[in-house]
Amino acid sequence: MLTFTIRRLLLSIPTLLFISLAIFMLLQLSPGDPMAQVPLTVPPDVKEKMREALGLGQPVHVQYWKWLVQFFWIEPLVFIDWATANTWWLGWLPDTSFSEDKLRVISWQTRGPVMDLVIQSLPQTFWVVGMSYVVGVLIALPIGIYSAYRHYSVFDQAGTFVTMIGFSIPPFFTGPLLIWIFAVQLGWLPSTYNTVLDVVDWDTFVIQLKQMVLPVMVLALQTTAQISRYMRSAMLDNLKQDYVRTARAKGLRESVVVMVHVLRNSMIPVITVIALGIPSIFGGAIITENVFQVNGLGYQLLNALFASDIPTVMTFTFIFAILIVLFNLIADVLYGVLDPRIRYD
Amino acid sequence: MTDVSPNNPLADPIPTAPPTSQWQDVWRQFKQHKGAVLGGGFLLFITLFVLLGPYIWTLEATKLDIRAKNMRPIIWGLWDGDAKIGWAHPLGTDQLGRDLLSQTIEGGRASMAVGWAAMVLSLLLGTAVGVLSGFFKRLDFILMRFTDLMLSLPLLPILLVAVTLFREKLSQTFGIETGMFILIVSVVGITSWMQTARIVRADVLALKEREFVMAAHSIGTRPGKIIMRHLLPNVLSPIMVSATLGLAVAIITESALSFLGVGFPSDFPTWGKLLADAVQRMDLYPERVFLPGLMISLTVLSVNYIGDGLRDALDPRMRGR
Repeated sequence: MLTFTIRRLLLSIPTLLFISLAIFMLLQLSPGDPMAQVPLTVPPDVKEKMREALGLGQPVHVQYWKWLVQFFWIEPLVFIDWATANTWWLGWLPDTSFSEDKLRVISWQTRGPVMDLVIQSLPQTFWVVGMSYVVGVLIALPIGIYSAYRHYSVFDQAGTFVTMIGFSIPPFFTGPLLIWIFAVQLGWLPSTYNTVLDVVDWDTFVIQLKQMVLPVMVLALQTTAQISRYMRSAMLDNLKQDYVRTARAKGLRESVVVMVHVLRNSMIPVITVIALGIPSIFGGAIITENVFQVNGLGYQLLNALFASDIPTVMTFTFIFAILIVLFNLIADVLYGVLDPRIRYD
Repeated sequence: MTDVSPNNPLADPIPTAPPTSQWQDVWRQFKQHKGAVLGGGFLLFITLFVLLGPYIWTLEATKLDIRAKNMRPIIWGLWDGDAKIGWAHPLGTDQLGRDLLSQTIEGGRASMAVGWAAMVLSLLLGTAVGVLSGFFKRLDFILMRFTDLMLSLPLLPILLVAVTLFREKLSQTFGIETGMFILIVSVVGITSWMQTARIVRADVLALKEREFVMAAHSIGTRPGKIIMRHLLPNVLSPIMVSATLGLAVAIITESALSFLGVGFPSDFPTWGKLLADAVQRMDLYPERVFLPGLMISLTVLSVNYIGDGLRDALDPRMRGR
């Protein structure tokens, strides 16, 4: 298993490199000019110098190599410097300054390092997306289990119908719909997400909780629909197996049969699906973040795209790619760990 | 069924019902699935609605009538006597006085056209890659690695990037509307063929070892003929199921792009575009959000139900139950 994990980790390096190259080449075709905002009074030779300062004049492969070095070498150095200076777990080491005078990935919009934007927005995305995923899974599992156990019952029919609806309604419709119901008509919840809110006491905690309800609900609806469908079909497959009849025949209680024997076997594919679904929920989060104005990865990406801020778009898209590759790997490894019948040798 | 007479044990029982073809069986099973039949009916209705709509409701979708702006749907008259309603605009008008009924019809045409075209493109690509990599061992490794790679791309960000980047160029060559149509259809098609390819490959790999394919090989049939005559008809059912899924995905993706403001230009209505425009005035005119949103959701819902029904109907183990 360990060799498999290591092999998959090594294999993900060329995958990521290729993805970064693909994104880079796509962005090279971009017609958007970052100098478009510069006033016309600036003389052409100064403009040319500014262009060079942004690293635009160089050949494509040099630009790509520079981005690679900045992303994979200089940014980790910056991180090490920060860790040795400010954290408790590495702060006891002498302060390092590996990254001094090195050029980081700079956003053309803010003129600051792109990584600062990432650090700002990543927790927002993780907080909203992660919470919605947990909520969605927690709702989906019982629905799936009970629907399968009472196959063709009223609950099963209703559950299948509701999950089908949740599966079909896109988040850009559920978002405005929920805003209209809960924020405009009932006035219970805020319609947008306040990202600068600091949770310091009970009141701010309540506000934070309230503003998270709507985005989490929108994202959780999609998750619930998908996971409960998988859970139901996995349970249905296992309920027909011979070992279930054996377990009942030897007089085990029904709760033990279903919740221990069947559930544990049905969870194997479902856990993989849960891990595989995480990247797609990040994609869905782009829309939800824009509906609720959550200052997360997707919101930043869209802003950078409209401003043709190429380094930011490149870095953010690549971070999405890293997340996808990482969770695919986790899903594969989990599958092998959970199911002893699967061997990757 | 006739009885087997005891004094002639070798006589086979003769079925009394006339033989049915495979597709008759599929259709009979499909009819059992209530959701699928309802979904099929609704999809047919929507398709006819957007195809024939412009000939029945002849008002132009982009015609501005500023004096008749911000009208409510006719049904508002039931509970709000003062509402600005009129039979000239049964679903009301928007802030520029464009008729919402004809906008919905026009938007549906665009959304459905994009959905169908992107679905067909992704099916063609997926089937081609799946059959090639399943049938030719030499291509298998490289094509499947490529498929895995495509699957690990962050699709929505890349779609956003691609549409924003190529919009200008294609609009200049083909005109804004055709250019956008080609662009969205091709980016959605190119980024959604991978699941079909995987399913088709798995089926082709299994079919390739069967006797009838070997028989075809042994009488000297060329690979191209084997694929067309023996393999493709047998992988038709998974392709049909993924076609329904593909249609749903394509409609949702197009609407999402329009919603995020990178899709069709603003004077060219699609359901996603109508929804995005209406969100800004949602507190005053919520019905303008509901109408396109409901259209998208119901269409996708019915397509998903058709897919469910087809999956059951095409699975021989489910049939006859």
